[in-house]
Amino acid sequence: MDHQEQRDGKLPSSEDDSERTLYPYVTGTSVLAIKYKDGILMVADMGGSYGSTLRYKSVERIKPIGKHSLLGASGELSDFQEILRYLDELILYDNMWDDGNSLGPKEVFNYLTRVMYNRRNKFNPLWNSLVLGGVKNGQKYLGMVSMIGVHFEDNHVATGFGNHLARPIFREEWHENMSFEDGVKLLEKCMKVLLYRDRSAVNKLQMAKITEEGVTTYKPYSLRTHWGYSAFENPTVGAEGSW
Amino acid sequence: MTKQQANWSPYDNNGGSCVAIAGADYCVIAADTRMSTGYNVLTREYSKITKLADKCLMASSGFQADVKALQKLLAARHLIYQHQHNKQMSCPAMAQLLSNTLYYKRFFPYYSFNLLGGLDNEGKGCVYTYDAVGSYERAGYSSQGTASTLLMPYLDKMLKSPSPLLLPAQDAVTPLSESEAIDIIKNAFAAATERDIYTGDKVEIVILNAHGIRREYMELRKD
Repeated sequence: MDHQEQRDGKLPSSEDDSERTLYPYVTGTSVLAIKYKDGILMVADMGGSYGSTLRYKSVERIKPIGKHSLLGASGELSDFQEILRYLDELILYDNMWDDGNSLGPKEVFNYLTRVMYNRRNKFNPLWNSLVLGGVKNGQKYLGMVSMIGVHFEDNHVATGFGNHLARPIFREEWHENMSFEDGVKLLEKCMKVLLYRDRSAVNKLQMAKITEEGVTTYKPYSLRTHWGYSAFENPTVGAEGSW
Repeated sequence: MTKQQANWSPYDNNGGSCVAIAGADYCVIAADTRMSTGYNVLTREYSKITKLADKCLMASSGFQADVKALQKLLAARHLIYQHQHNKQMSCPAMAQLLSNTLYYKRFFPYYSFNLLGGLDNEGKGCVYTYDAVGSYERAGYSSQGTASTLLMPYLDKMLKSPSPLLLPAQDAVTPLSESEAIDIIKNAFAAATERDIYTGDKVEIVILNAHGIRREYMELRKD
């Protein structure tokens, strides 16, 4: 009967604040993914930023889920780890049926959209943008879910800055049935742009592919960058007083 | 210490527009296929139209996660109805169910602007138009979404429907034929695309009549 707590009907009282996500702390930046001839190609860098500090440099932001899916996440990394725990349980129960059937990418994606939407409804979101890609019975699937439950599927997806910088390049250069080499080249091109322009990007990439045969995660590697532009040598020439 | 303010919003507007037109023995329902957030296009091939029952289609624009949740809920309720009554829900019945479902979340609304289109129990076209909290009315035609203010006046003029202001009230279904209604829809969307940044890419047109359901697509400007 204490009306003190109910003054502002929109947000819960200060006692409840410690139980809700207010803002993200350790974050990952963009994840990119495309459909190609044999399945899905996904790439993300391995950085975990703590605000403007680059705190973690070997974070795996792409993980295999079950036999048929890959999950990539940007946003709060601890929330991503929680999602992996949920999915672990989901896959475990699926395996325990021992009926020869297994959850495909569509099913996992649907589960994720429900989880994200449900948390948003309770005003305690999982602060992630998730990319779910996979192949089952020859059918390729690629989708994205945001932290408030907005979701869609397409031939190419990206989170965060990738939406601004990579999607336009995908729209120009993606085509049906790309070869593996072409797909990698396209993703690397976009990651390079992100490296130059996204300040939370890190030059250590994790590439993964999923085909009917299964998941392959490649060893982390770096892109070759070029900074030797004359305009960078004397950046304030022509604009005295700037930096 | 000042109280914490939320720095995220549970709502987003994923844009897009929809139109529905009722005729003497048909109903046309159309929506663009663009899904956006802020100034970004998320995808150009997203359908806003869903079949709720044999004779009832719904088109919704607004916050996509709420729209999808609403569609799922109604589909589930329809399944239960079929189990309990051994028949499909009629369009007027679904209309009432949608209104009640929306009002149920009156104090944390589904940010979803809906149009129901279908055939009533007599086979005549019917269109129901809603706001986000369930207020609804049966109409001869309607538009919802980001370009509804651009579409509605065009429909008002082109459909030659009896004025809704007349007394005694006259049935508002358009006297035009199915193909004429489809043409008007195509022109309306092409016009709306010019001026509304959230409308474009493609328009999906679904036609419901005594013979069944048919789908048509038309390309729109992608900028």
